[in-house]
Amino acid sequence: MSQTTFHTALLAPNQPTPPGLVDPQGRAAGKRFDVYRNNVVVSLTDALAQAFPVIAKLTGPRFFTALAGAFLRAHPPRDPRLATWGAAFPAFLTSFEPAQKLPYLPDTARLEQALRESYHAADSTPIPASVLAALPPEQLATTRLTLAPSLRMIASPWPIHGIWAFNMSNGPQPGASGEEVLITRPEFAPQMQILPTGSAAVLAALHHTPLGEATPEGFDLTPLLSALLSGGAIIALDTAP
Amino acid sequence: MLDASHAFTLPAAAGVGYKAQHFNALVEDPGTVRWVEIHAENYMGDGGRPLAQLRHLAEQFPVSVHGVGLSIGGEAPLDATHLARLKHLCDWLQPASFSEHLAWSTHEGAFLNDLLPLPYTEATLARVCSHIDQLQEQLGRPMMLENPSTYLAFTESEMPETAFLAEIARRTGCGLLLDINNVYVSCTNQQVDPLAYIKAFPLAAVHEIHLGGHDEDADEHGAPLLIDAHSSEVVDPVWQLYTETIRRCGPRATLIEWDANIPDWPVLAAEAARATEILTPVPA
Repeated sequence: MSQTTFHTALLAPNQPTPPGLVDPQGRAAGKRFDVYRNNVVVSLTDALAQAFPVIAKLTGPRFFTALAGAFLRAHPPRDPRLATWGAAFPAFLTSFEPAQKLPYLPDTARLEQALRESYHAADSTPIPASVLAALPPEQLATTRLTLAPSLRMIASPWPIHGIWAFNMSNGPQPGASGEEVLITRPEFAPQMQILPTGSAAVLAALHHTPLGEATPEGFDLTPLLSALLSGGAIIALDTAP
Repeated sequence: MLDASHAFTLPAAAGVGYKAQHFNALVEDPGTVRWVEIHAENYMGDGGRPLAQLRHLAEQFPVSVHGVGLSIGGEAPLDATHLARLKHLCDWLQPASFSEHLAWSTHEGAFLNDLLPLPYTEATLARVCSHIDQLQEQLGRPMMLENPSTYLAFTESEMPETAFLAEIARRTGCGLLLDINNVYVSCTNQQVDPLAYIKAFPLAAVHEIHLGGHDEDADEHGAPLLIDAHSSEVVDPVWQLYTETIRRCGPRATLIEWDANIPDWPVLAAEAARATEILTPVPA
């Protein structure tokens, strides 16, 4: 029997067991084949729940099992490193019809995915805060930052950090307004900080433009810069004009 | 063909499957544990805590790298990108051994995260051997191949699993990893005598043994159906089979595998201590 036949039946729970798969008496391997069906679906569902614990908690076991079952069939892992599986999950939540009643799920999943990526990102060594502090203001404006590979930022119209903290660390009831969440990884544990509106756009620009150009008129760069410094997220400065 | 006889340097002592929650206990109070095994695919990120902990562990213990995702039995060619990742891991870590499974887990690029069964035919044999040759050449070291837990049989199979594995070892020079829980699970499910399986197994090629727990179920006809789960203690019949295996082949590196419902360190250390007792009998 080809692996294509085995594979097709594996992911189709209502199909009969393929012929040629038997028990010790030569009878069709019904429940025995179901062990493999179950292993595939349960192990991938568990992996997704571990990767997105807030989504699992918000949706509850029954809904999450149905959601994961649909996701793993539409977007099976393409890589045996399960830590890389799930990048398509936030967008899938946007299109998964039964999830439409919880419109904050996709951005919450984006936050969880960003935390996973940060956790596994390459190590880097931050510059000391004193290096930046020592720059005269006119030189600061032309300075380009090199940022840590573990740095992520997610901006949302939903209170995604509040939702995360309420579900994961007994935080207070989430507020009503949107949040921009910076993720840094000072050593090995990703940390989240909420920053003022507009910070995500400035940070995106900082990846390729000097500080002065990246900062809009009237925007106070201090909270973002101090969050980056305290999170060890600035790893080099280029002060050449 | 690579010569396997000097390539596996795990000590003939107890080891454990490494879990991050045991890091401090393992480093500070390993008990009789002398080596650790990691799942290769969990240490292929760019950085962060997993790799930092692995670097630290490798200074204290010999490390066995156990792959769970190469799909050696797959009909498709081996995934060259994944092979390169395995090579990168083995090159920097220089583990005491590398092992993988007699199974397939990827189909048309989709990874199924389970060890799926193979028919024991000449065609499967040729394919598995060619994949092992390719892997051993790429890694520049011999590997060990592990016997699977099976729940069903293929009518097209032409030879017993023991003969199939012996022939793979003979053709490729690879070592074998004998999972005694898998022997017990498969033999119960296939209704054959597990001791007869051990007697037929090419023990001279075995450089590592796995022990673990399984779940008990029954099929739709009421026949016992054991499921490899690694979520509980090793059962007494598996300890007896292990004792008999060690009596026949001498002490071998022995791993306690516990991958789900992971217990506190003392429970796992006690399982390792029980294996250590069997490996090093008190002189009469």
